[in-house]
Amino acid sequence: MQDIIRKLESKRDAARNGGGQRRVDAQHAKGKLTARERLEILLDPGSFEEWDMFVEHRCGDFGMNDQRVPSDGVVTGHGTINGRLVFVFSQDFTVFGGSLSESHAEKICKVMDKALQVGAPVIGLNDSGGARIQEGVASLAGYAEVFQRNVLASGVVPQISMIMGPCAGGAVYSPAMTDYIFMVKDSSYMFVTGPDVVKTVTHESVTAEELGGATTHTTKSGVADLAFENDVEALLELRRFMDFLPGSNRDEVPVRPTADPADRQEPSLDSLVPANPNKPYDMKELIQKVVDEGDFFEIQPGYAGNILVGFGRMEGRTIGIVANQPMVLAGCLDIDSSKKAARFVRFCDCFNIPILTFVDVPGFLPGTSQEYNGIIKHGAKLLFAYAEATVPKVTVITRKAYGGAYDVMSSKHLRGDVNYAWPTAEIAVMGPKGAVEIIFRGDIGDSEKIEARTEEYRQKFANPFVAASRGFIDDVIMPHGTRRRVAKALRMLRNKELENPWKKHDNLPL
Amino acid sequence: MFNKILIANRGEIACRIIRSAKRMGITTVAVYSEADADALHVQLADEAVAIGPAASAESYLVIEKIVQACKDSGAQAVHPGFGFLSENAAFVKALDEADIVFIGPPTLAIGAMGDKIESKRLAADANVSTVPGHMDLIEDAEEAVKISGEIGYPVMIKASAGGGGKGMRVAWNEEEARDGFRSARSEARTSFGDERIFIEKFVEEPRHIEIQVLADKHGNTLHLGERECSIQRRHQKVIEEAPSPFLDEETRQAMGAQAVALAQAVDYCSAGTVEFIVDKSRNFYFLEMNTRIQVEHPVTEMITGLDLVEWMIRIAAGEKLDFGQADVKLKGWAMESRVYAEDPLRSFLPSIGRLVKYNEPEVSANVRIDSGVEEGSEITMFYDPMIAKLVTYGADRGAALKEMQAALDAFHIRGINHNMGFLAAVMAKQRFRDGRLTTNFIAEEFPDGFKGGDPDESQRRTIAAAAATAQHIIAEREAESVAWDDLEVEVLAEEWVVCVGTDHTAVSVCTGMASYDVGIDGGRVMLETDWVPGEALFTGLIDGEPVTVQIDRVGPRLSLTHAGVTLDALVLRPHVAALNAVMPIKAPPDLSKFLLSPMPGLLVSLAVEVGQSVKSGEELAVVEAMKMENLLRAQQDGVVAAIKAAPGESLSVDQIIMEFE
Repeated sequence: MQDIIRKLESKRDAARNGGGQRRVDAQHAKGKLTARERLEILLDPGSFEEWDMFVEHRCGDFGMNDQRVPSDGVVTGHGTINGRLVFVFSQDFTVFGGSLSESHAEKICKVMDKALQVGAPVIGLNDSGGARIQEGVASLAGYAEVFQRNVLASGVVPQISMIMGPCAGGAVYSPAMTDYIFMVKDSSYMFVTGPDVVKTVTHESVTAEELGGATTHTTKSGVADLAFENDVEALLELRRFMDFLPGSNRDEVPVRPTADPADRQEPSLDSLVPANPNKPYDMKELIQKVVDEGDFFEIQPGYAGNILVGFGRMEGRTIGIVANQPMVLAGCLDIDSSKKAARFVRFCDCFNIPILTFVDVPGFLPGTSQEYNGIIKHGAKLLFAYAEATVPKVTVITRKAYGGAYDVMSSKHLRGDVNYAWPTAEIAVMGPKGAVEIIFRGDIGDSEKIEARTEEYRQKFANPFVAASRGFIDDVIMPHGTRRRVAKALRMLRNKELENPWKKHDNLPL
Repeated sequence: MFNKILIANRGEIACRIIRSAKRMGITTVAVYSEADADALHVQLADEAVAIGPAASAESYLVIEKIVQACKDSGAQAVHPGFGFLSENAAFVKALDEADIVFIGPPTLAIGAMGDKIESKRLAADANVSTVPGHMDLIEDAEEAVKISGEIGYPVMIKASAGGGGKGMRVAWNEEEARDGFRSARSEARTSFGDERIFIEKFVEEPRHIEIQVLADKHGNTLHLGERECSIQRRHQKVIEEAPSPFLDEETRQAMGAQAVALAQAVDYCSAGTVEFIVDKSRNFYFLEMNTRIQVEHPVTEMITGLDLVEWMIRIAAGEKLDFGQADVKLKGWAMESRVYAEDPLRSFLPSIGRLVKYNEPEVSANVRIDSGVEEGSEITMFYDPMIAKLVTYGADRGAALKEMQAALDAFHIRGINHNMGFLAAVMAKQRFRDGRLTTNFIAEEFPDGFKGGDPDESQRRTIAAAAATAQHIIAEREAESVAWDDLEVEVLAEEWVVCVGTDHTAVSVCTGMASYDVGIDGGRVMLETDWVPGEALFTGLIDGEPVTVQIDRVGPRLSLTHAGVTLDALVLRPHVAALNAVMPIKAPPDLSKFLLSPMPGLLVSLAVEVGQSVKSGEELAVVEAMKMENLLRAQQDGVVAAIKAAPGESLSVDQIIMEFE
């Protein structure tokens, strides 16, 4: 017995040492923490239950027999974040460069399987050189096992990937299929083929950071959702992020007590929309003044800035927010913003998170680059996502709601539950000027006539009443009372039940 | 008394006048430009008249429009406030002709005091001491030496056409007077094409101290003591106080008597201010007389208990002053801070935009705020950038100062930059506390400009204690939302480490019955607060002393503002703080070399050329996207090295528009 305990202790020590002090120091020198240090920050102190510490690889080739480290390059198990259960795997770069062996993959699959059964999120902390090449196809099989589980878990439990080191080649596809990808600036990168291959094939010279760093993926490609300064800030923010999410699609949204009154008035919102319809304003101010405590957790702030998406709370309950941002591209919809918002809406719908939409949209972005790149299908994604969503949907039109974009943005016609408009709302096929130039094409030479017609059109349509008279708008509300009205609507919708017809799955325009 | 008056002004002074008038039962009429349609002064007034476009030259400064507004609204009198038409004799004349009362002095006084030479002559005639000097043309260096000797050294040799320090020399002896005259004259010739030179007494350690006078139409003229306004930045007053920490009673009475004499000499009525420059030996010299209400009048009101605006109205209506000089008692101390929309860290460039958050400190017997804005107001480039005047009162200077510092801590403004950090830094200077002020105070104490305040040890401790306690309260709240409580998890930590940059402070926080027991720097303090997460102001008592810290949550960090200093802190549990020490310190990325287009759009115009030096905040280019014009400004000082795009060109996002050296 004593013997066994001693052996157990020595095995535990070996596992905790990971790849040894030298490699740990090297990891620190790169500004990175070790797999276990990261979990210490991510999880509540003392909550981590580690599994499979004694798992080792089963490869005998290429001298691997002599190199065995308990845990085999990934630390797995479960713990809590502010008391709520999560499953985790944290790749250990100090052990075989965090490379994925067959047993490494099995450890990941084990936590994923259990997470799916008990209904808790899976968080992956990725820091891996890639496949364990010594194992060949066994390693590839391991990846595929993980991929399959990612797909089956999708929409059942939230899956979050935090990229904290290299993630290249086939390895990128597991994070790619999770719900959110977060990255650490300067120490993480993701790409399918690295700079060397790029150089050989296309003769482009590019650094790993330029090709697939956090900045690239959060501003250019849109692959990643958030970039953080360093490991510590990334993990602290991940904790804050997880506080918004339910454990699974069987759970309701978490509730956080708040002292912020639901009927808080915000008089300054009455002057948010400028008198000049062509002047931008910051939609973020509206979001921050409506949600609890001004706490808006924005997703993809650096990508497709013409639409804002993120999480907030109303009366302590998580909501997802989608809002056109007039500060960027006048808030119009384009390919990137449609994709960004569509994915967000679908995530909310998966996990019973009500959606609050603020609308100020002048239409879709015109141009060859948009049309050639398929704005038709990409724009349809957002339309599809809103139309398909059965969670509570509350919409507030603050200013422009023009044309097809009006329909898209959680309109009444797409089963919007409560649709409000501010007095400044203009719900029409297009702006007055454009409309008049089409309807009264013959008068275009006569600026006086055109002006009179424009004014007539403005009087008729540049207000919320035409839409309200048809019931497309449930009420015209004062901006200062927006929080109160939205809170009441969401409270009313708390037990909403709505189901789409049975189907194997839908056929989203990909 | 009038039934209805019009206020020919905007902003805080308009609001302030409207309040006094309303209290007197007078109906008020506001005027407003297009930019001010929703402004606070329009909301406060009983009626409002639009007077044209945003530019003041087309609205607030157009005499005919104001007169017409009076006629249209039936206002019997006009209060001009300060600035705009307040010292415009033609305006007073136009009102006279329309039978409308001007709430201010008669035209004659305005005209006489508006002329620099004339006012000095009148002052000399009234036996008011003026800066000794020689105003006539000086022939040559020898004459300059002779005159300087008569005035008495040190003297200031100035170009008649001068300004901005050009053509100015201080001479302490004959030799310097001779050289100074020659160099000043040659500089004057080259700089202004006008070689006329005059010489006057150079005032050492000059202070700006002014006397408030009040005169009715029945021959009664009083003075209400002084205000010291020495804290100025580029001739712009920043902090004023009453009384002056420098004057003795004898000097005060002498100055007051001269101010009254001057007012009487021009048959003054209404409120007015006689400005003096005072040297280190308490010699005082007349500078000029302002024939209007002054920005800083509230400090006088606080220590005299009078409402100067009310008296201006009553005097204009023909009422008599119902008290005499002997009844004027100066009680306590008052201090005023001018809160400007500007960025002290970027050479005080004006800051415009929307007041996204605007919460004033609580008004009390000791705290008064005169402001013309509210949350959501737009600070535009059209008008003076002063947002508010924060006035505090105390039994003595120390008490007024303490109230001021507390009020500044609680003044919460977001959306634009403001100068409150700078105000706090000025007040933190020992020299300010000692009252050793001169008009050069700011130039001398901040020789390299303002680089941000530096909190002392006790302020640092206050910030750290507030940060740790706030984080502790956040953690307690998170624990309340625990979904399943059957797990034995140590959610609540009592030990925290406040990390500001590489500076780590260990703080323990223990929740007690009515307060938090906070251990810091080896000591313990009791912190009482009812702060809840999300509140902008962390207010409470630390060992019984009231304290306010502004808290903004920025990602994982708390941004804490106290005593004019903003610190970004990560408040971590000890085991996390230990790991945080491993994190690399990153240099901020250098994007300063490029101006990138922030959006796809059309380059409308470029405001600079290759080789041009630009200052931080200066306009560089205008990019139009979706019919909206976006102004791109320089992020820091630099020189334009290359321009990579031409007006009319379509830009993609992040396309380089220009490069800097």
